[in-house]
Amino acid sequence: MIQETRIVLKNAGKIDPENIEDYLKAGGYEGLRKALSMEPAEVIDELLEAGLRGRGGAGFSTGMKQRFTSETCLRCPQRYVVVNADEGEPGTFKDRVIMEQDPHLFLEGTIIAAWAIQATKGYIYLRGEYADSIKKTKKAIEDAYDKGHLGKHIMGTEFSFDVEIRLGAGSYLCGEELTMLESLEGKRGTPRIKPPFPAEKGLFGMPTLVNNVETLANAPLILSRGKAWYQSIGTERSHGTKIFTISGQVNKPGCYELPMGATLEQLIELAGGMRNGQPFKAALLGGAAGTFADSSMLKERMTYDNLKEKGATLGSGAVIVLAEEDSVEKILHNCLRFFRHESCGKCVPCRTGTTMLVKRSEQLLKGDADSKALVRQMLHESELMAATSLCPLGQSPILPIKSAARYFLEH
Amino acid sequence: MPTTEIIRQFDPVKDNLLNILHALQNNHPHNYLTEEALEETARYLKLTKAAVFGVAGYYSMFSLRPRGRFIVRVCISPVCEVMKIHALFPVIEKELGIKAGETTKNGLFTLETAECLGQCQEAPSMMINDKVYNNLSGEKIREILSEIRSQNS
Repeated sequence: MIQETRIVLKNAGKIDPENIEDYLKAGGYEGLRKALSMEPAEVIDELLEAGLRGRGGAGFSTGMKQRFTSETCLRCPQRYVVVNADEGEPGTFKDRVIMEQDPHLFLEGTIIAAWAIQATKGYIYLRGEYADSIKKTKKAIEDAYDKGHLGKHIMGTEFSFDVEIRLGAGSYLCGEELTMLESLEGKRGTPRIKPPFPAEKGLFGMPTLVNNVETLANAPLILSRGKAWYQSIGTERSHGTKIFTISGQVNKPGCYELPMGATLEQLIELAGGMRNGQPFKAALLGGAAGTFADSSMLKERMTYDNLKEKGATLGSGAVIVLAEEDSVEKILHNCLRFFRHESCGKCVPCRTGTTMLVKRSEQLLKGDADSKALVRQMLHESELMAATSLCPLGQSPILPIKSAARYFLEH
Repeated sequence: MPTTEIIRQFDPVKDNLLNILHALQNNHPHNYLTEEALEETARYLKLTKAAVFGVAGYYSMFSLRPRGRFIVRVCISPVCEVMKIHALFPVIEKELGIKAGETTKNGLFTLETAECLGQCQEAPSMMINDKVYNNLSGEKIREILSEIRSQNS
């Protein structure tokens, strides 16, 4: 059986997350010390060459993102780091586990990112419902200030950086980076047109780096242990680990950190196998904005690229397992209901489209209409939405619909 | 704490708007944002009333209507559905005697649905104010609610 490779979660459950001394004893803030001894551009190169990619779902190269942000608008008076801690994708709770069990790790990564792009101010946009994460992160920030790891002259250098928590308020869409920036500016959470990307014109019009909690939690490890070590984990093309949150019909649902390229079958085995030995039916990979996989996907390597090639998604690392007794139609309906609830209403195709899709999936559930025609219509409509919506929300319903149609629905 | 004092704990910058609204709502015994509080926030941050009301009305964690002292937020996301929350929801409704979106007559509870609360390892789940309750069953729900009732009667 595959074993977990705990690098990001190495301290989870082992140290007191509210005691910075524990974190320091476990080698904490050594990555930051290393980073501060390097040129900012060298830090970016290190992350770039290590092959770290965004763990929020998009899988974009973190080093590239940092390089773009550091190289635009050199005359801008301010640069920002924004931590995306607004975890809201159904079935995902990896960032919560990091924040609750080892908050200094991602905070250290945030300070490293700030040094890399020469930002002096950062915000942690934290999901409003995550009361425990808020508490632990607040404490970590206070303690980091006390130790001189935040604030003026960090670790005795000329570098200064301040960070504050900003709370989300229950909008899934604010987990999308441009919408998050709108929300941070004290506005309704509706998406912006891109380009310009946050790297050019982000928070308050300044170059802004938006990185996910898990992504940033990798940075101190790469800095302190080196890119060669990091590259040795995972596959040739996908380095490092991914934290999967597996839930639903398995015996031991939870958070598992595996090297990139582990298979779905291995993950299910690690999670104690199917609940009560029921036969596997499907897994929803990546949450509501993800794809259904059937048993033909069990042995596929779970990397960003391989899953994409197979028409599936790795996304946030959410894996919702369904057994024979579960209905793919019902879960699809739940996802579509979720999108209807979370659509901000800015783009008409998404506003009306999400409502129409829920109606059709209700009909599909009732089974009193021509199901083939319904599924075809849903495919058509979600494709139109994907082509005409500004942000990933309107572009997402096609993912579960198309994959459900491919494997499970008559069409 | 008076509204003015709460608001003045924060710097008068626009990016503090959501934090201020959270603090105001948490401070109100009926868990909501009053018109007066929103108006004062608008003046403090030099925003229009429309902008502040627009934000308060947009985010699902904020309420513009009085609610109970305890907000019961039941997760209805795909994972909780697989773990059969739909069978438990009627238990909660029956126990409280209200439907989703309503408040009990004694002003103690408001029942709401919530999107994924990120507790999927121990679904089905709900939150009551800031506290998370996992691995729900009919019996557990009755225990939780009666404990809150007995502590607040």
